[in-house]
Amino acid sequence: MSDSSSGNVGIVIVSHSSKIAEGAADMVRQMVGNAVPLAWTGGDTDGGLGTNVAGILEAIEAAWSPAGVAILVDLGGAETNSEMAVEMLAEDRRARVVVCNAPVVEGAVIAATESSGGSSLAAVKRSAEEFYA
Amino acid sequence: MSLDRAARERLVRALAASMIEHAEELTTLDQAIGDGDHGLNMKRGFEAVLATLPGLADKSLPEMLKSIGMTLVMKVGGASGPLVGTFFMELGKALPDQPARADLVAAADKAIEAVKMRGRSEAGQKTLLDVLVPVQAVFAGGGDARAIAAEATQAADRTTPMLATRGRASFLGERSIGHMDPGSRSASLLISAAIAALELEAIS
Repeated sequence: MSDSSSGNVGIVIVSHSSKIAEGAADMVRQMVGNAVPLAWTGGDTDGGLGTNVAGILEAIEAAWSPAGVAILVDLGGAETNSEMAVEMLAEDRRARVVVCNAPVVEGAVIAATESSGGSSLAAVKRSAEEFYA
Repeated sequence: MSLDRAARERLVRALAASMIEHAEELTTLDQAIGDGDHGLNMKRGFEAVLATLPGLADKSLPEMLKSIGMTLVMKVGGASGPLVGTFFMELGKALPDQPARADLVAAADKAIEAVKMRGRSEAGQKTLLDVLVPVQAVFAGGGDARAIAAEATQAADRTTPMLATRGRASFLGERSIGHMDPGSRSASLLISAAIAALELEAIS
């Protein structure tokens, strides 16, 4: 799910569909190679469409960076579950994980591109959110 | 009120049974205005809760509620997991071991506020809050078990003509009108199941 040890902001992609999450991650990799820590999660705990907190927590762990992690989500449940996951993190990590209000595919690619240049978590989030604002 | 171990286990089994027995109905409601997984999700969550028995009922009431909430958060999936799970977790956090009715009212207030925060929602948007908020009003106003259960059922019914402005059903706009909100129905079922299981003792 992830293979980067750079100090850049990590990107987590959360979709109801594992195929969309994986496909969006493929697009990110094509843009930025291994310059950013990247992880994706999709589907409910039975493998159906949906999102789940445990999967999101694992993805945050996999994409962890001292610079923080930006999460891109698709529909409402993905956002609610991601916010829940962030709250369940250890306190020192919680402030370094943000859920971006951006389209999941475009937002992930833009956020990762921003991150690959060494930008801060706030700048990564802003880029993803401003592109379609 | 004081719930002994047998009553706590009875409560857990009743909550789970209400979701498992109504899974198909909830899914049908959700297919009309959502993504059709609510029944299955709630069933999966409460089956996971059942799997934590008998140890679950050995815990104090607050600890048991927190544990139920955490299991639901992790297992339900969908937005309902964090929403319903948060309700149980916050209820547990706010309750003393041997709560009086006033403690339960105060704890439910906090739990409902937490659900509002989690969903960034208020009553009136065709969500489970449209059951939780009016039921809490009856509870806080001194209503007896029968009145509370009746309000739960009626409040869920009242979501049918509502326009959804939060959650997946909001994508449908006016087409969300004319269908009962699945989350309101499951909340109503859980409240009724809890009241029946405790044979009114909890809130009298």
